[in-house]
Amino acid sequence: MTTTLVPGSARALLALGDDALLASQRLGWWISRAPVLEEDVALANIGLDLLGQARGLLARAGELEGRGRDEDALAFWRDAPDFRHVCLVERDQRDFGTTMVRLLLLATWQRELYARLAASSEPGLAAVAGKAVKEVAYHVDHARAWVLRLGDGTEESHLRVQRALDAEWPWVSELFDGSWLDPEVVAAGVLPWPDELRPTVLGEVAAVLARATLRLPDGLADGLAPEPGGRLRGRHGEHTDELPGLLARMQQVARAHPGATW
Amino acid sequence: MVTRAVPSTRAWEVAASVPDPELPVVTIEDLGILRDVIEDDQCRVHVQITPTYSGCPATETIREDLVTRLSEAGYRQVCVELVLAPAWTTDWITPRGLERLAAHGIAPPGRVAGVVDLVLGVRCPRCGSTRTREVSRFGSTACKALRVCRECREPFDHLKPL
Repeated sequence: MTTTLVPGSARALLALGDDALLASQRLGWWISRAPVLEEDVALANIGLDLLGQARGLLARAGELEGRGRDEDALAFWRDAPDFRHVCLVERDQRDFGTTMVRLLLLATWQRELYARLAASSEPGLAAVAGKAVKEVAYHVDHARAWVLRLGDGTEESHLRVQRALDAEWPWVSELFDGSWLDPEVVAAGVLPWPDELRPTVLGEVAAVLARATLRLPDGLADGLAPEPGGRLRGRHGEHTDELPGLLARMQQVARAHPGATW
Repeated sequence: MVTRAVPSTRAWEVAASVPDPELPVVTIEDLGILRDVIEDDQCRVHVQITPTYSGCPATETIREDLVTRLSEAGYRQVCVELVLAPAWTTDWITPRGLERLAAHGIAPPGRVAGVVDLVLGVRCPRCGSTRTREVSRFGSTACKALRVCRECREPFDHLKPL
């Protein structure tokens, strides 16, 4: 694949690949634990879509980087400070309401992002995004259906999904943070400024939450998410204490048996 | 000399006969996964395939099956390339592929026509009724949804439009 190499492109693709990879790894926890069998299968399939997207993005990031690292090297042989995903996706999620709220936030953002990236000047990124945008549309549908059902459901389900929303909300703003991004990457048309996605994404999320009879978190009605100031910044390699444990599990087989194939 | 294999050449025929590992009633040609087959006069062949979904685990098996079948057919060097763009769509499933899916109890997808979440009256592949409902958007594989027929009460897979 021939392309003009824009400095910083590799880092940008790495960040988006890490988002998909860590979200996929967290969703995998639900396999055998979901409330019903159909949901077990659904979450596994959504995780699989994300894993496929992660492979494509990380493989391309490795090519652009030019240091001989393939997707496996990037997934299994980096340590926590070298990961660049948003903290939203790495945190533990053992409550079904939390999983669905987070999936709604992530998938709505990814759909808007991938729709734009399908026209990226970076051909490898455009190819992955052109496929992924169709897959995440199904993820949005699925998460929306559950958030509506739980939010506008029983007193207990409403309470729990509201609690989940309030807990996830402070982590949303990082999706729109562009402080980590090389301006050249944006100028060259590889990626849009993350902040440009804010009105559409928050508007779509707010519409679902309102229909689900959930109380909108502060700022959402105005299309605002809290400023990231003072928070951990995953895009800069600053992560929660929950990441090392998640990585240890994800990486243990590859590290115990380097180069093994099956 | 390099020749691009059109659907009449031997290399294409061999490649096109590979069944989908998860939907063995159809071939990779039926599903529109097989993109291009190029062979040269040195018995080397270059195959392009495209994944259905980004994470489809069948892709690796298809790659291995292509290498095995083409090697058995006498090709000395088989290269399988994965092409992502343009993205696969269920609209590429051939008329024969759609028929075979339906004949084996898998409701074929409707035309995508630009809108993914527009699903109108999926027909039950057993009794033909359009009175069916979706049980789960995600079925036994990423590409299928699980539905049930309100008429004959049977559950069935539906290949989702993508």
